[in-house]
Order: sequence, then C-alpha cells, then structure tokens
Amino acid sequence: MSETLIPNLQKEKIIEYLSEGKRLDGRRVEDYRDIEVEMGISKNAESSVRVKIGKTEVLAGVKLGIAVPYPDSPDEGTLMTSAELHPLSSQEFEIGKPGIDSIEIARVIDRGIRESGLIDVKKLCIKEGEKVWQVFLDIFTINDDGNLLDVAGLAGLIAIGNAKIPIYNEKEGKIDYETPAKDHLPINEDVASFNMTFHKIGNSIVADVSKEEEAISDYRLSIAMGDNKGEPRITAMQKGKSGAISAEDMENILKLAEDKWKELFPKIKKYAFGK
Amino acid sequence: MAKEKSLYLKRNDGRKFDEVRPITAKVGIVPSADGSASFETGGTKAIAVVRGPRTLHPQHKQDPRTGILRVSYGMMPFSVTDRIRPGPNRRSEEISKVSEWALNSVVDLSEFPNTVVDVFIQIPQADAGTRVAGINAAAIALAHAGIPMKEMVSAIGVGKIDKTLVVDLDKYEDSDFHDGEGSTDIPVVITSRTKKIALLQLDGKISVPELKEAIELAKKTCEEILKVQMKALKEANRSEGKKK
Amino acid sequence: MLKDYRFSRKETMSKDTRQMVIPGEVIIKGNEYLPGEGAYRDGEEVVAGRYGIANIVEKHVRVIPVSGAYYPRRGNTIIGTIADITFNGWLIDFGGAQNAFLPVAEVPRYINRNELREFLDFGEAVVVKVWDVKSRGIDASMKMRGFGKIEGGMIINVNPYKVPRIIGKEGSMVKMIKDATGCDITVGQNGKVWISGKSIDKEVATKEIVEFIVDNSTIAGLTEEVEKFIKKKGLSFNKVEIIEENTDEDKE
Repeated sequence: MSETLIPNLQKEKIIEYLSEGKRLDGRRVEDYRDIEVEMGISKNAESSVRVKIGKTEVLAGVKLGIAVPYPDSPDEGTLMTSAELHPLSSQEFEIGKPGIDSIEIARVIDRGIRESGLIDVKKLCIKEGEKVWQVFLDIFTINDDGNLLDVAGLAGLIAIGNAKIPIYNEKEGKIDYETPAKDHLPINEDVASFNMTFHKIGNSIVADVSKEEEAISDYRLSIAMGDNKGEPRITAMQKGKSGAISAEDMENILKLAEDKWKELFPKIKKYAFGK
Repeated sequence: MAKEKSLYLKRNDGRKFDEVRPITAKVGIVPSADGSASFETGGTKAIAVVRGPRTLHPQHKQDPRTGILRVSYGMMPFSVTDRIRPGPNRRSEEISKVSEWALNSVVDLSEFPNTVVDVFIQIPQADAGTRVAGINAAAIALAHAGIPMKEMVSAIGVGKIDKTLVVDLDKYEDSDFHDGEGSTDIPVVITSRTKKIALLQLDGKISVPELKEAIELAKKTCEEILKVQMKALKEANRSEGKKK
Repeated sequence: MLKDYRFSRKETMSKDTRQMVIPGEVIIKGNEYLPGEGAYRDGEEVVAGRYGIANIVEKHVRVIPVSGAYYPRRGNTIIGTIADITFNGWLIDFGGAQNAFLPVAEVPRYINRNELREFLDFGEAVVVKVWDVKSRGIDASMKMRGFGKIEGGMIINVNPYKVPRIIGKEGSMVKMIKDATGCDITVGQNGKVWISGKSIDKEVATKEIVEFIVDNSTIAGLTEEVEKFIKKKGLSFNKVEIIEENTDEDKE
C-alpha cells in the first residue's frame, strides 16, 4: 500500500516515450525542472533555506554549537549532518526512526561536504583540544515529487555556503545570539560541488526524475561535481538500487553529468556563495 | 487590565496588551498531502500536513467503529537558537498528545472505520506560542483535507506578565521576563461554534479571578484567529490541479 | 461565488448561490431544512460539518467537499492496479485509504481459482465499479459493460475533486477532447484518467488538455479557454454544442 504502485502499461509507456527522447511531462531526458531558492526560513538558524526543484521541496538549516574536539583532530571543528525524510512529505515515508533512505541521504551529503574539504575545519578551532565549533546541517523534506537526493544536496550546499558564525562570549562560555554575526563559515569555495543523480530507465539515462520515473528505474548514479580550474572534478559518488551499470552507460552518464554541470554549476555557485 | 500596579506596563515589542502579532495563514502548501496549511504569528511559523484517512497498520491497532486521529508535533532542529536533536522528545510527545485531544474534540472519524488520519505539525521557526500556532495550522489543514468536523478550533497563548494580562506572548514575555510575579503562560484552544475550551495548560502563578479574565481574553482573541483561518480556507486556491 | 446567502433563502436553487463554508459555520436557518451529507442540525440552524461548497436543493442542505483524500462511494467508477492476488480474487490499489477487493465471481466470465493470474496479473490496470463500501473493505465489480482490464495507453493522476470539470455537463468536455485528439478517455472518480490513442504524441496532447482543465478549473469561460488551448496545440475539433459545465454537484 505504501509503495508507489505504477501499472505495467504506464511503465511501458514511459520507456517507449523515453526511447524517442521524450518524457511525459514534456521535458527532455537531460532536463532539470525549475529551481527555486528562498533564504531565511528560520531567523534562529545560522542560515536556512528552502529549495524547490519542480514540486520537490526541502528545507535545510545550519546551527553552530560548541563542542570538545575529537582526540585525533584536537584543532578541528566538526560537522554533523542529519536528514529527515519526514512522513509529512510523502505517504511512503514511515513514522518512527529514520529509515535507510534518510540515513543514505544524510551520509551522501555529509561525505560530499566533508571529503571535499568545503569547510575549513581548522578555522573552527576556538581552543585546541578543548573547544571547537560544531557545525550541524539539518535537512528536512517538505514534499517529495522525485529526486529528493539532488534537492537535499543543493539545499545543504546553499545552507552551508550562507552560514555565519555567531559571536562566542569566551568570558561567559556561551554563544551570544543578541549580537549579530558577521563572519561567514570558513569555506573553501573552490571545492564546492553539486550532486546530480541520473536514473537508468529502459534504455535511457534520465536526469532529475519525477516520482513516477524514480519508481520504475533500474538503478541510479549520483555524482557530486566541483570545479577544478574550469574543468569538472568528481568529489563523491553513490550508486543506488539493484541494477548494474554497463561500460557504455557509464560513458553516457559521465558525459551527461559534465554537460549538466557546465550548465547548472555557475547558477548554483551563485546561490551558495552569492557570486 | 492590571488591578494593582504591575511591573509590566508597556509591552516589549510595543503591542497593546490584547494585541496579537501579525498573522498569516495559507492553505495547500504541500501538494502531495490530503490537506495542508501554514500559520504564522510574528516570529513563530507552523506548518501542518494531513494524510488520510488511510489504513492503520498494524491491524491490531485498528478500531472497527471509527478512524483514529494521530497528531505528531515537532520543532525543526534549526527553529531555535539552541539546536534541537531531530526526532521526538518528551516535550514534543506531550504537546502532540494535548494537541491531539484538542483537535479530536471537533473531529468525527466515524465514517472511516479502521483508518488513521495523521496530522504532522512542524515548527520551522520559533518565537513562543508554537503549540497554539501548530494547532491553528492543523485545524485549517484538517478542514482542507475534507475531514468531518463539527466545528473549527482556534488557539491562542494568553498570559500574565507580573500582574498584567496579555495575549500572544513572544519569547521575551514567555521566557525572559522574571520580575515581580514573573510570567504565566496559558495556552488555550476554543471551539469555534460552541465556544468550549478544548485545551488548557498553565504554567506560573495566577488568581482565580485573573484566570477567568484570561480565559475571556482568550475567547475574544480566538474570534480574531478564526477569521484568519476562515479567510485562508475560503480563499484557498481551488485549482490545486494535479495530485502528486 | 462566496456570496453569503444565509438570510436570503428564496434564491437557493440558482448556481450563484454556491458558498464556501468551513466546519461549524451556519449554512441556513429554519426548521424546514434537512441536513444531508456534510451538514448537521443544531437547534434552528443547519451547520456545516466539513469544509466545502454548501449546496441547497429544495430543502435539502449538504456540503460538497472540494479537497482531501478520495474516499470511494458505492457506484463510483475507479481505475487501479492489481496489487495482490488472493485465493478468491484480486486486490486493487486505486490510491485510496485501502485496496479494493475484486472477487473472482465479479468478473464477466468464469475463472478457475488457479487461473486468477492468467486473467489479471500483478501490475495490470483495471477499471472497476465500487460495489460496496463496508467497514472491513471496499468491494469492486467488473461485470457490467465498460468495465474490465485496460491495455495500452497511459494513466494520469489528477485531483479527484476536479473530475466533474474534466467530464463536463453530460460528458461534453470529454467529448470535445476526444474529438480533437482521437484518443479514448476514461475518467475514474478516484482521479485517475486513462488515455489511449494511436500515438504517444496524441496521448500526451490529451494529457496536457486534461491538466489544463484541472489547473484552470475555477476560471470563468473554461470551455472557451480549453478550445483556445486545443487550437494552440494545432488540433481541431468539430464544434459541438458545449453545455456550460456545471461543477461539483453533478459528480454522482
């Protein structure tokens, strides 16, 4: 009952139309839906954003806290990413503990930020071995109409890119929220990356899937791509679902990813870093 | 309003004592849901989403005589200055339950045996009064979902700051004012037609006459809230189109 | 449209007296009125028991819902997908609160109990009639003409409350679309629409016209706008007399 049940005839129709390079909603296989970004969802956050791609909608917020650093990195701030695929956003998401889908999204996004070195964690040290800034990135889904992974990834990037560090009152040992924050989170913009997910449906590779397309795909491949002196550079990948990728498909996906990256990345950098 | 001289003679944000913060309400904010609404009062934002009636699992929890209303309230981790861990906690569990009781006093699910109607309340941004904002959003969302309801409910936080009765406390009045008798917070839910009290909580110190006065103030203010809820529902864009 | 006619009860029959009401709102006063679906009596007053459009016909008062989950009613035509097969029938997912049950005795021909899958298999789509709605479940039938397994074409999902607009008065809107695209259209009251034609492009054009109607269902002169939309798509149709589609009340 809870799964999206797509009738066989619909599956066949989607695949048949895709073989002509067309999609039922009028898009071409490589097209993303319109991207909408709204900042300032919570005035109590260090930054917060609403991102919509088509009708898929996600909120993301960044909070900073004070923590004791890990013993193996006493002069580095820490990052914690959580994602809630909340049951309010889809009838398929169950009430209760975060399921594997929530965990996967949080981990993919966390890796994309952490491994690329997007946040300069050394600059988040307050007192070595004792006090560092802890960055919390929290992602909350509002409406699932397909491709949550890319929407959540984009929301996460924009939230991190716009976050400011609150004032820390060392004497009182607490954060002063009354004084407006000035400094941005130390970001290494050069390594910022954008996560794009491609699905294999029938014989086609499809970008930014609708809910219906998502339900019938064989596999998906997510690629986080950043900028290395004008050339795309991959910073994270994740293959999902049980289908397997042929050599030819791999070529096609990488080609498509490079093309999409060139088209979308400048726009995304603007959202994330205001330039 | 104050009988003896109160230490709170002027509101922190300049409002009159019986004045609510600016309110906005919107219907149909989550396209895939059966009903949804947002309700904002000043710096407090609430969203509510209704899904159902749908079959309740596991089966042994089903009631063959009626559907069941299930309310879950939560604050988003970044809604307050001190981040909240995602997922339920003791506070959110209690608020979910009192909100469920309040809404259940007007909802009638006898047409839908063995089913559940889920109401999800979430707070993206908090500045006191989140449970009442959540209940106001939830009542609109339930109506929007076409759920049979005898009447609407409207909610407001009234309170006593030292000796002064006020409506719609903000964060300063709710948690930062400690002079004199301090702050007394009274969330109240009033049914729209029969004017009954569907939720009442109190935290502070108040005399019996003052409490009676506070409840009257809540009833009066809920009329204003109801107007906003009604307007949002009546003006709801009826061309919601494709269901996703 | 939102005219308040609480105190002008004479003119309740004409179309412009449709009024949006919210739960607990008084629709009309007077002991002669009979509260029907979605309404109840409280003393002198007839009160809305849900959100929707108040509709008064003769002395009969009801509230027609405009949004919310689809809940099946006896006699509804619904489109769904075989979700499970039991020893004596099929379970159909139609996007509702629960699956509908199609007993083996309710299909047009005799089926041997061990040949259920050959007649209707998992994932196949059907159009069925809601036969009964009981507390334990929804029973469906496909014994009558016009019901059965559907093959080919596509199924689109729309807001179930817009179904009457797609159909139009006496089927006039559907007829116009069929005329323009040559596609067959079957509208399920659960908001699923089956479209089947000679080419996918024609089917997609039909889908876009249906979605246009749903997205613009509240505008004045909808029929003309739909005509324009069809022409813009480079399609033509024989001008048939369109009876201005009435709304939600001709659903049943």
